[in-house]
Order: sequence, then C-alpha cells, then structure tokens
Amino acid sequence: MTQAQIPVTVLTGYLGSGKTTLLNRILTEDHGKRYAVIVNEFGEIGIDNDLIVESDEEIYEMNNGCICCTVRGDLIRTVEGLMRRPGRFDAILVETTGLADPAPVAQTFFMDDDVRAKTKLDAVVALVDAKHLPLRLKDSKEAEDQIAFADVVILNKTDLVSEDELRDVEAAVRAINPTARIHKTQRSAVDLKEVLDRGAFDLSRVLESDPHFLDADEHDHDHVCGPDCDHDHHHHDHHHHHGVSPIHNVGVTSISLRASEMDPKKFFPWLEKTTQMDGPNILRLKGIIAIKDDPDRYVVQGVHMILEGDHQRPWKDDEKRESRLVFIGRELDAERLKRTFEACQAA
Amino acid sequence: MPTVAPIDLDGHCITACWLDGVPFFALADGTVHRLDHGQQTTEAHDGLLCAVPALDGKALVTGGEDGRVCSIAADGTVTEVANIGRKWVNTVAAGPRGAIAFGAGRVAHVRLPDGTVNDFQHQRSVEGIAFAPKGLRIAVARYNGATLHFPAAAGKPVELEWAGAHTMVTFSPDGNFLVTAMQENALHGWKLSDGKHMRMAGYPAKVKSLSWSNKGRWLASSGAPAAIVWPFLTKDGPIGKAPLELGTRGDTLVTSVAFHTTDEILAIGYADGMIMAARVADQKEILLRRPGKGAITSMTWDGEGRRLAFGSEAGDCGVIDVAG
Repeated sequence: MTQAQIPVTVLTGYLGSGKTTLLNRILTEDHGKRYAVIVNEFGEIGIDNDLIVESDEEIYEMNNGCICCTVRGDLIRTVEGLMRRPGRFDAILVETTGLADPAPVAQTFFMDDDVRAKTKLDAVVALVDAKHLPLRLKDSKEAEDQIAFADVVILNKTDLVSEDELRDVEAAVRAINPTARIHKTQRSAVDLKEVLDRGAFDLSRVLESDPHFLDADEHDHDHVCGPDCDHDHHHHDHHHHHGVSPIHNVGVTSISLRASEMDPKKFFPWLEKTTQMDGPNILRLKGIIAIKDDPDRYVVQGVHMILEGDHQRPWKDDEKRESRLVFIGRELDAERLKRTFEACQAA
Repeated sequence: MPTVAPIDLDGHCITACWLDGVPFFALADGTVHRLDHGQQTTEAHDGLLCAVPALDGKALVTGGEDGRVCSIAADGTVTEVANIGRKWVNTVAAGPRGAIAFGAGRVAHVRLPDGTVNDFQHQRSVEGIAFAPKGLRIAVARYNGATLHFPAAAGKPVELEWAGAHTMVTFSPDGNFLVTAMQENALHGWKLSDGKHMRMAGYPAKVKSLSWSNKGRWLASSGAPAAIVWPFLTKDGPIGKAPLELGTRGDTLVTSVAFHTTDEILAIGYADGMIMAARVADQKEILLRRPGKGAITSMTWDGEGRRLAFGSEAGDCGVIDVAG
C-alpha cells in the first residue's frame, strides 16, 4: 500500500489547437515513460494501443456543502480500473474535450479518496491556437477557463500569426494567468519535458518550477521572442490587471498580493473564509507565505474551494521573508482581498 | 478452528465465488483461476472489470476492458455473450433464467433468456445494474437516482430520483426495497411500493460492498471501521432505526462483506487483509484470517456455508474452511 502515486497530466484545448498532435507525440516519442490515456473519443488518434481508454464525460456535483465541488465520475471509474493493473504504465494523461471545464477534472484528483490515494495531479496543460484565440476568448468562457486553470500554456500555431499578433495573444494569456509557463510552438513541437512530470500541484515543488512566480515588480523586460525562443519569457505586464490586452478585457483576472510576515492566527482563518466565500469565483490560487516565527516557507495551492497547504522548506538566508499570493478568477474584489490579506500581517 | 487454504495470484482480485462447488477467482488482468484438482487458469479478457456468478451457480458472467461480456462455465470454458467494441463494460448483473444485463457508457444492455438483446439508452452513465429477484426487471444506478426497466415488456421506465451520484444498486431479496451506494459515502434506499426514501449516511469512506442476509432481514455494507448492518425487519426497513456495527476495529476499514448462505452470520473483510465472521444475534466474532498483503475485495460463502472464498487487491486469495 506504499505504492507510489501515479502522476496525471490533464490536457485541455479547443478543437484544432493541436491536442491530438501533441497526444500522438506523447504516445509515440521515446521519452522513457509509458502513458495510459483517457480520451473522450478515440477519434483521430491513429494509434492502436490498449492503454487508450474512451470515457464519457460525466460531471457529478457533490452534495457535501461545497457549492462548486464537481468531479468527473467517469474519471473516478476509469482511473480506478486502470490502477487495478499497475505496472503497465508510468503515468496517466487525461484529454478533455474542447468545451470541457477543467475544474471538475482537477477536483476529481483531490476529492475522491480512492483516486487520491493512487494518483496525483501533475499539471494542467492548455493548448492554445495562436490564430484563433482572440475569437475564442470573445465567444467562450471555456477557452478562458482553460488558460486560467493551466500550469503550462502551449501557444501553438505561431507560424500563422504575425509577431504583433503573437505578442497580443501572449499578453492576453498572461493577463488571464500570470503564473503559467508559456511555450510558443508550431505543430505542437514543445519539448515534452516541459509538459510531463511538472509537479505543478506538488506542494514541495509548487512555484519552485516557476522562478518568475509573482516577480511582477522586479522585472519589466519586454523583448520580442521568436517562435523557437525557449527561455522563460514572461512579459510581466499582468500586474496592471485591467485592460492590458487588446483582445481580452473581461472575465478572468488575476490578483497578485504581497505582504510581510503573517500572523497564523489571522491568516489561516482568513484563507479559509476567503476560499469558502469566493471559492466559486476562484479558479486557481497559489502562494508562498512567511509565517511569523516559523523557519519554513508555507506553500498553499487551491482549486475553487479545495485548499491544500504545507510547510515546504526552510527560508534561505538570502531570501526575503515575505508572503505572496495569487488568485486567478472571476469577479474577485481586488481591493477587499488586498485589504483583508494585509490585515493578517503580524504586528 | 478455521483453516485457510491460500492461493497466491498475481493481481487484483475482482470476484471470488463458487461455481458447482469449485472456488473461482477472477482477476483484473482478465485471467480467471479455479481450484479444481489443482489450480486451473482461463484467459477471459484483456482486462476484466466486473464478474458475477449466474443465479444457477453454473457460470461466471464477466465484463471487460475489451468490450466483451463472457460466460465462463465451471470447467473453464469461455463463451462470448456480447461484444460492443472498444468500450469498457463497467458492470454486469445476472438474472433469472440466464438473463444478463451489462452497462457500458450510457447504455444498459439486457440479454433476455431467449437471446434477444434490448438496449436502454440513458442520459447519464450506467454505474450499476441489478436484477429484481422476481420477474424480468432491472434497476440502473445513475447520477441523481435509479431507473427501473422491464426489459421484456414495452413500457415506460420508472425513475427514482435522489440528488447525487449513485454507483451501485441492489434489490432486497423480497423485492420490496431498492438500495444504492453513492459517491458521497452514503447509501440511499427506496421502498418500492410507495417510493419512500431511506437515507443511510455517516460512512467515512465510499461503500463498495453490500450483502443481504439470506432472508433479507439485514443489509451489510463496507466503508467504515465496522461492518454497518442495516435492519430490514419491518415493512419500513431501516427508516428511523440505527444500524448494527459488527467487527469494529480502530485502525482499519471494512472493504468487503458477505452474509452466510443460511445463517445470519457475516464475513467481514478489512483493508489490511484480515477476515472475521460475526453473528448478528449476539455480535460474537471469530477470526477467520490474519492480515495479509492487501485489502479484501470479494468474498462468497459456498452453498452449504462451510467454506468462504476470498480475494484481495494484492492477489493473496484463498478458501477458508470454517469448520477446519
């Protein structure tokens, strides 16, 4: 029963964003790992592999008082089935339909005890079609949600847009989600290392993989990257929150908070209350918190009302002991969150 | 003293049961093992998801990841009953006169005794299927309730509604009650004559095993540190009554329950592989098996109630002779 938890990668993206191409690469390229893949339809995957499982999207609302708690019943069943025959695969990939809401998929891996005992969510990866994103953002909430939820955004088909258009699209993605890693690609040609085994929900690794997390105030570089530019290029214009992007001006916003050391007697009740109250509007939250008189960094991450937090590692001598928290969501009251967060600071 | 004859298999046991007095063990990898003058093995599926014995005890009905439904005879012969292609057959049920029902995706398929197959399309996934004890009637567990069909007759299905995800379903042996297990760590019941609801909640874990006592006076369930046994002694079932707790342990959960064939004695299997038997009347317990390698997943008494076949998640299965 000490069996290691199998990592699960969730792949989201609209029809035509390049999901199938990426999936086929993951299934055929030699990256040393065997994947079981849960798809909505066998459809275009031209690979015959008995580890590809079709499952009908089945959203279950949980009657547990958590008003935004939904899980994917089909995933519970399929993951349980797969896990009864371990040893055939090293990891699981869940492909969602273009219109799928990523929240129930992610919540399944936190809410269901059996699934949680045997698997762990590794990362949510969103494929975005650079050419069609502006239109998608105008006509669908799902496209926005998928980006907001992602740990990794693959901005695909960059060869179909001009440099200016690409810059706007990237700014739009950043405006929705300042913490995701963005990779610009053509034909889904992203290095698979950047997609698989990310540990994005692993509290011991959360945010470590993103050196730019919340560094909004410290950087302001704005160089133009080519499509094969593979370094981290966050444009860091997201801390304006509003109107940063000509193609994205409604819906999901992110709120980055920063303060000094926290009083645990104030901070934890505040976080609990905030996620209870604003949970339906919070898509993701991530933070590193400095607790007064605590030598360890405290890390938190959440999906809607589900919250996970733990001591991560001691603060290093050269690290500034400060608390940073990012909310990504809809209709969040930035002023209230900032004021109440800051009120939790230790005297 | 009870004695245990172990059989060490390589994989998760889905169902341990008896066919014609021979113990059968169906594993998730699709192999079906039996102890009939030594260990015999049959390959039934590429990935087996569910298996139940036929009502006459002469065959094991199985559903697989390969989209096939098979019937395995006591001598190990495999007969394909249905093949629906590349969809997982998640649940099977065996009914009167050889009828078989199975669920894949959102369709409940019923193969009638005369061989005709009727399909019942649902709005949501078919999570569990059960046959009523009398007449050709099935119940389908689904999101927000259960649906009753009469597969041999045309007619409107009966919808039983209760919010939440229902994952297993069973009829009481007298056919008066329908009980489902839910995603939300609870059971739900309907008294079929008037649709009255029964809420059976408070489990710390999901209920994955249900067993009726031979006369249907008790319904035992897993999902707690004790076997939770609900009284169905009166016409209102457990409404307003507290359940019995049998075989309580402080440190581990009950994962499988199986009532004895003739007496009100319950076999209780735990997450650590231990098995106990407890008598309803005086709650007296005896140890049948010490902890093993994995959680007990399935147990069935033989026809006389002298031997208990059991299977585990880790494949350490066996037969317990209670009389020794």
